[in-house]
Amino acid sequence: MSTADAAQWPLWEVFVRARRGLAHVHAGSLHAPDEVMALRNARDLYTRRGEGISLWVVPATQITASSPDERDPFFDPAADKTYRHPTFFALPEGVEHL
Amino acid sequence: MAQLADNDIPAPEPPGHDALVQEIEAAQRGAAQRPGRPEAAPPAPPAPHDEEELQARFDAVIAADQKIEPRDWMPDAYRATLLRQLAQHANSEIVGMQPEANWISRAPTLKRKAILLAKVQDEAGHGLYLYAAAETLGVDRSQFLDDLDAGRQKYLSFINYPTLTWADTGALAWLTDGAAIVNQVPLCRSSYGPYARAMVRVCKEESFHHRQGFDALWALTHGTDAQRAMAQDAIDRWWYPALAMFGPPTRDSVHTEASMRWRIKRFTNDELRQRFVDICVPQAEALGVRLPDPDLRWNEERGHYDFTEPDYDELRRVIKGDGPAGRQRVAHRRRAHQAGAWVREASAAHAAKRRARAAADTAETGADIGVDIGVDTEESAA
Repeated sequence: MSTADAAQWPLWEVFVRARRGLAHVHAGSLHAPDEVMALRNARDLYTRRGEGISLWVVPATQITASSPDERDPFFDPAADKTYRHPTFFALPEGVEHL
Repeated sequence: MAQLADNDIPAPEPPGHDALVQEIEAAQRGAAQRPGRPEAAPPAPPAPHDEEELQARFDAVIAADQKIEPRDWMPDAYRATLLRQLAQHANSEIVGMQPEANWISRAPTLKRKAILLAKVQDEAGHGLYLYAAAETLGVDRSQFLDDLDAGRQKYLSFINYPTLTWADTGALAWLTDGAAIVNQVPLCRSSYGPYARAMVRVCKEESFHHRQGFDALWALTHGTDAQRAMAQDAIDRWWYPALAMFGPPTRDSVHTEASMRWRIKRFTNDELRQRFVDICVPQAEALGVRLPDPDLRWNEERGHYDFTEPDYDELRRVIKGDGPAGRQRVAHRRRAHQAGAWVREASAAHAAKRRARAAADTAETGADIGVDIGVDTEESAA
């Protein structure tokens, strides 16, 4: 049997929560036959030094991503709305806590 | 791990070690702090099917010292260069488990054995981070492994030298992992995002490898005459293979120019080799060992150590698989992979069985009851 057998294992994206109070952050990916092995492998691969207290594994095929080619038009609606930032508004001299 | 404390003499921090660690952390901070603000983004608006526009956009990202990410357009040659480098690097980690694994069963103490096991496990992990980075370029990792097993894929030359004594595990880690760190720390700032991120993890762990090698040698050089002689003998044999790890001299390197332009690489082979020598000399002095080069001396004018370059003809031969242990390494890797086939088959069969059961349960109850994967659902619900 060649290495091609492992290739049939799906790809999983791994997210690690480093400690309480932090969000899960993408750490990398791995191949595994199912979600149980994916979690075990993720533990061995991404948390050998106490890097996490919680893991998510997500089948890579289940992730829908925005396209980099359409990045500019896609995010364009936010580009010209500088008034969404508080710094857009000039404050009169002496006004605080605003 | 208090029960593993043994009679070793704890080694001091090797001179020059902290500077490398700080550089890894700086690279990580640098990537994290890259502003995502529109004004910092590369200018050219997209014209998805216009090659020139795409090239200009790519060049602008590189020029702005930003990262290229997997789904960005990239020139074919950039992709090919990355794949070549990632494959060579990942394979080196995978085959690189062998020289030290050779000593796990004969480590002198439980502490050394546990450390060596952890180190070899890290090397497997590094191989996997790098294969994962390579797969973001649309290549399947089984391709790399098949190429490796068939002898079509290269790996670092030092792996084809044998580890003859226990001291070799220390010398190998101190010198070749030390060389690897010098080589790899700048890769934490590589222009390809997944590669740079993988390298931050790799380098942090390599510092442990480097450090434990220094520590193992320290124990030997503070031991008996026979132990000191064994350490010196190992260093005599590993010095030039470590120097050769930086590759052919820049004047002969066919890849340097493009890799530097694309910021896949940041320094030439010669610059990195010099940096390694400069770091090693004070560490060798601290260990009380001799580096096997009669022409090694400080050059006031250059502000660097002068040294004898490794035998590049030997390097070329060894890379082609001609090293003392070359055939053995590839044969062992192939054998280990074949011997593990039943584990892969069993886990695939088990996964298929669980899927079938879950499907049957769903059909029976008319509801998806999910699969118990034994995780803390409170945590995983996040």
